[in-house]
Amino acid sequence: MDKPTDKDTNCGSGNCGCNGNSKPDGTDQTFNKVTDRRNMLKSLTAGLLAGTGLVNSACSVTASDDTREKKSLEWEEYFKGNYQLMTDEEKEGTVQRLARLYELNNGKHANISAQGAREDVLYGYAFNISKCQGYMDCVNACVQENNQDRGSQMQYIRIHEHENGQLNFELAEDDYYHEVPAEGHFYMGTQCFHCENPPCVEVCPVKATWKEKDGIVVIDYDWCIGCRYCMAACPYDGRRFNWSNPQVPEEEVNENQHYLGNRLRKKGVMEKCTFCIQRSREGKNPACVEACPTGARIFGNLLDPNSEIRWVLANKKVFRLKEDLGTEPKFWYFMD
Amino acid sequence: MKQLTIFFSLVRDGLDSATTGNTKYHVWMGALTLIMLLGAYSYYIQLSEGLIVTGMTDRVSWGLYISNFTFLVGVAAAAVMLVMPTYVLKDVDFSRAVLIGEGMAVAALIMCLAFVTVDLGGPANAWHLIPGIGTFNFPNSMLSWDVIVLNGYLFINLTVPLYILMKKYQGKEPNRRVYLPGVMISVFWAVGIHMVTAFLYAGLPARPFWNNALLGPRFLASAFAAGPALIILALQVIKNNSSYKIEHTTIRKISMVVTVAAQVNLIMLISELFKEFYAPTHHSISAVYLYFGLEGKNALMPWIYTSITMNVIATCILTIHLLRKDLKWLNLACILLFVAVWIEKGMGLIIPGFIPGPWGDIVEYFPTWIEIGVTAGIWAMGFFIFTILVKAFIPIEQGTLRYNKS
Repeated sequence: MDKPTDKDTNCGSGNCGCNGNSKPDGTDQTFNKVTDRRNMLKSLTAGLLAGTGLVNSACSVTASDDTREKKSLEWEEYFKGNYQLMTDEEKEGTVQRLARLYELNNGKHANISAQGAREDVLYGYAFNISKCQGYMDCVNACVQENNQDRGSQMQYIRIHEHENGQLNFELAEDDYYHEVPAEGHFYMGTQCFHCENPPCVEVCPVKATWKEKDGIVVIDYDWCIGCRYCMAACPYDGRRFNWSNPQVPEEEVNENQHYLGNRLRKKGVMEKCTFCIQRSREGKNPACVEACPTGARIFGNLLDPNSEIRWVLANKKVFRLKEDLGTEPKFWYFMD
Repeated sequence: MKQLTIFFSLVRDGLDSATTGNTKYHVWMGALTLIMLLGAYSYYIQLSEGLIVTGMTDRVSWGLYISNFTFLVGVAAAAVMLVMPTYVLKDVDFSRAVLIGEGMAVAALIMCLAFVTVDLGGPANAWHLIPGIGTFNFPNSMLSWDVIVLNGYLFINLTVPLYILMKKYQGKEPNRRVYLPGVMISVFWAVGIHMVTAFLYAGLPARPFWNNALLGPRFLASAFAAGPALIILALQVIKNNSSYKIEHTTIRKISMVVTVAAQVNLIMLISELFKEFYAPTHHSISAVYLYFGLEGKNALMPWIYTSITMNVIATCILTIHLLRKDLKWLNLACILLFVAVWIEKGMGLIIPGFIPGPWGDIVEYFPTWIEIGVTAGIWAMGFFIFTILVKAFIPIEQGTLRYNKS
C-alpha cells in the first residue's frame, strides 16, 4: 500500500480541491497528479461531499448546521477505507468523526480509542474448570462492557453445564435456569478463542476481520459486508451477527470505547469477543475476568514469563478444544 | 463506431421483438413483473428491518438465498453441456439449442449474483468487494474466487453469443477463429464455477457435513442433470410457442446427457450415504439429523426423502430407453429431477451443514414469507431475463430480423 499523503481528508466543508502541497504548476497538480486508489476515493468523496453539501444548502434552507454536519460526516464515513490499512492520522480521523456523530445523534460524549497493540504482548486466556460454578456473572459483565444488543440478548460467552463423567458438548446444557452449581455437574465457558490460525480470517472476502499483533482477532464493523462466511467457518461459535438494529438503552451505554471493540454496532454486521480490547490495551483485565467471583478466569501476556497465564501453562495440565482442526486457540482449559 | 451503431440497432430491434407478442406472452411477462414487484417489496422490508425478518439465526446463518445461489450456479454451469458439443465437437444437433443454453446461463448467473446480494447484511458496502477499490481477499477467501469466476463466466456468456448474434444480424457467418477461444475458456470456466462454489463449503473443517472431497464432483453431476433438464423443458416451451424449430434429435441428445449425469449423481449419493452411516462417527451427526432427526427435531426429513424419491424415479425413467424416448415421460423425469436437485442443494445440503451447531445445539430453520417473497422475485427476474433474451434471439437466428443499414 502506498502511504497516502492527504491533507484533504477533512474537506467536509465543501471547500475542496485544496491539495495543500506546494507544487509549482496548477495544471500539473490537477491533471498530472499520481493518484492511487485511496486518493482517488478521497477526491471522489470530496466531490460527493461538495455536491451533497450544495444540494443540502440549496434545497433545505431550514436544515440546521447539525443536520448538515451529520450528513457530511456520514458520507465521509461511508467512503472511508479498511481500518487495517489506515495510517495513524486516518484512524484518528475516523475515530473523531464517529465520536462527533455519536454526539450529534445522542447528545452524549463517547470516548472512542484507536489505540494499537502494545509491544511484546500476545494475549492468552486460561479457564479453570474446577473453579467455575456457572454463576454467569462473566456473561452479564461482558454484555454490559461491550454494548451488546439487548434486543436479541446477544452474548459472546456461553457457559456449558456438563454432567460429571463426560465431556460431550452435545449432551451439555447451555440454557439452564436452576440454582448453580448443580449437584454432579461441572461448568465450562466458551467464547472466541482468538486462534493463532483463525479460519474466520481466511475466509473473509474483504479482509474486514484480522488478527492484531497482540493476537486479538478483531472486526472492522464499518468494512464488514455481512456475508456471514466467517460465521460458517468458525468451529467454536465465536461470532455473532446483528440480525436487526442493536438496542442498547441510553443509560447503559459504556462510553469507554475502542474502534475495534465495544463501540456501537449497526445492523447487518458481525461482531465478537475482543478480549475487551478497550480494557486489555490499557493493561486491564477483560470484564469477564474481573467479574468472575470464583477466579476461574485467567488472562495475561503469553510473552511475559512472569505472567499468571504462563505459570498456568507451565504448571497445570492444560488442553484446548477441537485441536484436530489446527486452529491453535489461545484459550486453554485446566483443572486444579 | 460502426460496430457500436450496429450494436445499438441490435438492442433496439431485440427490445422491439421482446415487447411484441400475443396475449399469452403479455400475461406471462405481466405475471413475472408482478412477482418481481412483490419480491422488491419484500426486499424493501428486509432492508429496513434487517435480516431478522428472515428465518436465519446465529445457528443457521445461511438459508434459502444461499441455497438457491448454489443451485443456480449449477444451472449456469450446465450450458457447457450444449456449448462443448456444438462449438468444439461441431455436432449440428446441438447448435440450435446452444444459444438458448447460453441465455439460460446468463439469466442463472444474474440470479446468482442477486441471491448473494440479498443475503448480505450490508449491501451498501458491497463495493468493498471490487478488486482495486475495496480490499479483495484473494486468493485466500473462496468467496473472492467465486466473485471472479461468476463475473468472468457472465462476461464470457454475454460476449460469445453477442458476437455470434451481431454477425448473424448483419447476415454474415461468424468467424470460428474469433469465438472458439472464448468457447474453449467457457468450457473450463463452467466446471470452474461449480467447483469453486463447492470449495466454498468444502473448505470449512468447522462443518464436517460439507468438508467432503466428493462435494465438488457431486455438484457437477447434479448440475449437469438439473441444468440440461431445464433446457429440455424450455426448448419445448419455445417450440410450442414460436415458429422456431427444434428437432427431436436435439432433445434426445440432451436427454442422454441428463441421464448419465443423473446416474452418476445417484452413485455419488450412495457413496455418501455409505460413508456417513456404515461407521457413523461424530462427524456424521448432521447426516443423522437430516435423515433421521435428532432429539425429536426432524424438519428436514420430509424434504430429503421427497428429493431422493424424485431423484430415483427420474433416473429410472431416464434409464429405460422406451420411456426416455417418450416426450411425456421425459418431461416428467426432467421436472422431477429439477425439483429433486433444487431440494438437494438447499434443504439437503446448505441447511443441515449448520445443524447441529458447533456446540451441539439444534435450532431448526424455516424460511419466512419475506424470504420466500424475495426468492420468488429473483426467480421471476431470471425467467423475465431469459424470456427477453430468447425472444430477441429467435428472429435473428431465423433470419427474419436483419440489420437495416438505412
